[in-house]
Amino acid sequence: MGLRKNRPAEGAPVARRTMLTMLGAGAFGLATAPWLQDGWEKALGAASQKDPTGLTGVLPNPGGFRYYSVVGSVPRKDGTDYALRIDGLVDRPTTYTLEDLRALRQTRIVHDVLCTDGWRVENTPFEGVRLSDLLEAAGVRPEGRALRFTCFDGVYTESLTLAQARRSDMLVALRMQDKPITHEHGGPVRLYAAPMYFYKSAKWLSGISVTDKVVPGYWEEYGYDIDGWLDGEDRDGDGSAA
Amino acid sequence: MTSTDGSTARTATATAPRPERSGRVRRFSRAERLVHRATGWLMLLCVGTAACLYLAPLAQLVGRRHLLVTVHEWSGVLLPLPFLLGLASPAFRADLRRLNRFAAYDREWLRAVRRRLTEPRARPAGKFNAGQKIYAGWIAGAVLVMMATGLLMWFTGVLPTISRTSAIFIHDILAWGIAAVLIGHMRRAYRDPEARLGMRTGFVGRDWARTWHRHWTPEDPPAARGPGSGDAGRAG
Repeated sequence: MGLRKNRPAEGAPVARRTMLTMLGAGAFGLATAPWLQDGWEKALGAASQKDPTGLTGVLPNPGGFRYYSVVGSVPRKDGTDYALRIDGLVDRPTTYTLEDLRALRQTRIVHDVLCTDGWRVENTPFEGVRLSDLLEAAGVRPEGRALRFTCFDGVYTESLTLAQARRSDMLVALRMQDKPITHEHGGPVRLYAAPMYFYKSAKWLSGISVTDKVVPGYWEEYGYDIDGWLDGEDRDGDGSAA
Repeated sequence: MTSTDGSTARTATATAPRPERSGRVRRFSRAERLVHRATGWLMLLCVGTAACLYLAPLAQLVGRRHLLVTVHEWSGVLLPLPFLLGLASPAFRADLRRLNRFAAYDREWLRAVRRRLTEPRARPAGKFNAGQKIYAGWIAGAVLVMMATGLLMWFTGVLPTISRTSAIFIHDILAWGIAAVLIGHMRRAYRDPEARLGMRTGFVGRDWARTWHRHWTPEDPPAARGPGSGDAGRAG
């Protein structure tokens, strides 16, 4: 008797329907994501204009930067202890202080920042020294083919070919959004590779070494594209369009 | 979290006294409790690493992005594994059937929720109430959608028709939905010590079961067993 009573009720399979509805909603969402996302961003953009809590900043695609670091903690550096070393296959290895870099010709680029994780920040101004200016000053030897970037977090690395590095939209950036770059954004000095995904723009830049071949960077060792071009960039250009 | 908290230490002591003697009835077998515990820990790992990857203050505190990504990916992929292993248990399969089917009193339970009636008389339920049934179906679907979109992000280019951006968008949005629903799930458990005890030890009080799950007849009522049959804790 107890057994009969205990048989699961033969009612509608509501839980299964709920699950299938979720799967359907997920598939529908994926199919319509480009439009949904557009609407979402517009709504969120409007909401963040009057959002004293800053809560919209953590919602998907908040139109802001996200903090990524591959190590547990990163030392803080400022004008007193920051140094950028340029060496490798160059005639004149050089070490620049923050003051030295500020004294060089500054270039301002306004470009969209895109992360491979889907977030983007439109029309972001970056300002700093052109990579090509630093390379010219150091004198790249004929056997130099690529650059390897190292960072004072002690781990992160990046790479560019020499041709990419000589584009005019490749900066050793000192300012972002018209303010000095903060520690969280990779300050005081970071790379800004405007035509590429943002992982190419190494934060906390401390060394540039000219090498005879491309040495894959940190994420590239984990399968990211070595050339992180954004869609629609002129890959063979000199970057003057930016 | 509260439902699994400190479980290993307390299981031993809680099952030591013969549950039947104190008017307790069996609610979950050992296999079911293990499925729940393993799923709970995997989910916590998955959600915890997600928070450290996604929320700026936590990301700045923790860093170590590659480690977190790896833990997040694997805890997510392994999330259905306890469920699949649990399918080998007849008790688990029987409870899945109970969770799936909606009886007339389940609709009454939902109506009571809509009218904000909270007393147990107004909320009839079998072994699982209507809310638990819907939760089970929803979270199962949500986890599968998260896994599908997560795998699309992990193995870029497997389905070229779906852009990585789209997969990320759905993954992000649903993550917030899951966070809210999980908080609700844990809040329910936090407020009901007897339900937590059931998931921790496998036994609940007979009175509690009669009050909150009156359409459920526990499978091994103490009356049907001799005084010496106190091995229910082991049987699990």
